[in-house]
Amino acid sequence: MRYLSKLAAPVAALAASPAFAQAAPTVDKGDTAFMLIATVLVLMMTIPGLALFYGGLVRSKNMLSVLTQVFAIVSITCVIWVTYGYSLTFSDGGSMNSYIGGLSKAFLRGVDYNSIAATFSNGVYIPEYVYICFQMTFACITPALIVGAFAERVKFSSLIFFCAMWVTFVYFPIAHMVWWWGGPDTLAAGATALAAAGTDQVAIDAANAMIFANGKIFNWGALDFAGGTVVHINAGIAGLVGCLVIGKRIGHGKEAMPPHSLVMTMIGASLLWVGWFGFNAGSNLESNGITALAMINTFVATAGAAVAWLFIEWLLKGKPSLLGMVTGAVAGLVAVTPASGFAGPMGAMVLGAVASVVCFFFCSTVKNRFGYDDSLDVFGVHCVGGIIGALATGILVNTALGGAGIPDYLSQPGTLQVAPYVFSVAFMAQVKAVLFTLLWSGVGSFILFKLADLIFGLRPTPDVEREGLDLAEHGERAYAL
Amino acid sequence: MKLIIAVIKPFKLEEVREALTAIGVQGLMVSEVKGYGRQAGHTEIYRGAEYVVNFVPKVKLELVVPDNQVAKIMETLTNTARTGKIGDGKIFVLDVEQAVRVRTGEAGEEAL
Repeated sequence: MRYLSKLAAPVAALAASPAFAQAAPTVDKGDTAFMLIATVLVLMMTIPGLALFYGGLVRSKNMLSVLTQVFAIVSITCVIWVTYGYSLTFSDGGSMNSYIGGLSKAFLRGVDYNSIAATFSNGVYIPEYVYICFQMTFACITPALIVGAFAERVKFSSLIFFCAMWVTFVYFPIAHMVWWWGGPDTLAAGATALAAAGTDQVAIDAANAMIFANGKIFNWGALDFAGGTVVHINAGIAGLVGCLVIGKRIGHGKEAMPPHSLVMTMIGASLLWVGWFGFNAGSNLESNGITALAMINTFVATAGAAVAWLFIEWLLKGKPSLLGMVTGAVAGLVAVTPASGFAGPMGAMVLGAVASVVCFFFCSTVKNRFGYDDSLDVFGVHCVGGIIGALATGILVNTALGGAGIPDYLSQPGTLQVAPYVFSVAFMAQVKAVLFTLLWSGVGSFILFKLADLIFGLRPTPDVEREGLDLAEHGERAYAL
Repeated sequence: MKLIIAVIKPFKLEEVREALTAIGVQGLMVSEVKGYGRQAGHTEIYRGAEYVVNFVPKVKLELVVPDNQVAKIMETLTNTARTGKIGDGKIFVLDVEQAVRVRTGEAGEEAL
C-alpha cells in the first residue's frame, strides 16, 4: 500500500538539499470522497463477492456454511479492528515497533472526526476515520480468503476462534511490518533534520530514528502497493497449512465433488474484479495519476490472466471452461495487487498472463501430484499468484520497463522523487519480504490451527460432514426446492 | 391397456411430444431422471479435478394407452427419439390392470 522511500539515500545528497518547510496539512474533499467509495467497494469484494465465488464451488449441502463463515469473519474482524486491531497495526509500537504497533489507539482512543491520516503526498491527508475503515476492509477479507482451502470440512466454532487469533498474531503484525510508516511529512522532517545535523551524532541518531520508525519489512525497502504479501501470500500459506492440518474431505479423490453453481461463482468473480478497483486504486489513498495507473493495471492484468488461462486450458485440456477463465482472472488480480501502483500497464498485462499460467500449473498438476485437498485453490491462486506478483513488482517498478519507479521522499524533502533503480536491491527486498511472510504466517497458522484443534476440534464428525455443514452446523439449507 | 415407459435424451422431449400428439396420444407423464446404461458416464473437469459422472441425466416418459395404439406409439417414439449415437435410451412396455378417471369414476380404456 505504501510508497517506499529509498531509505538508504546517501547523507551527502541530503546535505545539499534545500531545507524542507512543513506544509499545512490539508484534507481534500475529492480524495475523501474517492476513499469513502473505495472502502465500500472492498467490502463488496468480500460480501457478497468472495462468498459467492467460494459458495458456488462447494456442494449445495455446504453452500450456507461458506456464506456464514465469510459473513461472520467480516463482522467479527470489524469488531476486533476498532477494538485493538487498528492500533496494533497502525500506531507506533515503541520498542516493538519493527514488528507490531502499540495499544495507544485501542478502542480508537484519541481519534475523532477531526483526526487525519497521511497519504503519499506531502501535506495531503484524509480523515482518519476513512483510513480506519479502508484498512478494516483489508483485515476483513484476508482471513475470509483462508476458508476456501478447507471448505466443506471445518467446525464453525473452531474456525471463528482461529480467525480471531490469526488476525491478531499473523495479520496485524505483518500489515504493521509492511505498511506502517510515519508518512511523507515525517520522512521529510527526518531528512531535513539529518541534513542539518552536521557531525552532531546525537542529532544524526534522532533524525535516523524519525526516518526509520517504520515496520520491519517497510525498512527493508520491500514494495507492496495493495497487499500481495499482507493479504494474498499471508492468507494463501495459512490456507495450505490449514488444509494439511485438517486433512482431506471424506471421499476426496473417490467421490465426485463438482461445484454446485458456477453461475454463483461467475457472479462472485465479477464482483471481485469490480471491487478490486477499490482495493488497488484505493490503496493510493488519493485520487490522482497513480490511482489511475492502479486502475488500468487492475483492468489489463486481469484480462491478460483470464485470456491466458482460457487458452492454455483449451490447448491442454481440450475445452475452454468458465471456471478456468474466472480463476485466471482472480489469479491476475492477485498478482497485480502488489504491483498495481508501481508497474506500467504493459508490464502488468504480462504479469497477469504469466501468473495465470503458473497458477494453472499449480491447480491442475502440483495439487494432484502431492494430493493435498486445497478445496478451492487458495494456495494455488492466492499464495502462488501473490508470490509471483510480489517478486515481479521488484522488476516491473523499473522506469525502463514502463514502471512508476521507486518513490524517494528523502533526497529532496517535501517532494516525491524517483530513486535510481538497482535490480539486485529492489528484487532482494521483495524476496526477503516474501520469505518472511511465508515463514511468519506458515508457522503462526500452524500453531493456531493446532490450538483450535485442541480446544474445539477442527473437524466435524464424519456424519456431520457427510450430511453437509448447512443442516448439521447451522440448521438451515440453502435451497428448499 | 399398456404402460409404456420410455427413457430418452432430454433434448428430444419436445420433438417426441409433438410426434406423439400428432398420432393422437392424449396425455403423458414426464420426469427428469438420472441413470446409466451402456453409455456409462462422462467426464467433467473443474480446474484440476476430473470427475466421472456415472449417472447421466435423462427424461422418462410414461404413457398408459389402449392395446391397439401400442405398435404405432412404439414406432413413433423410436423414430423421433433416435439420434443414432450411444445413449438414445430404452422403451419398456408393461400390462396395466385397471385405470380410473377420478372426476367421473369411468374405468378401463374409457378412462384413458
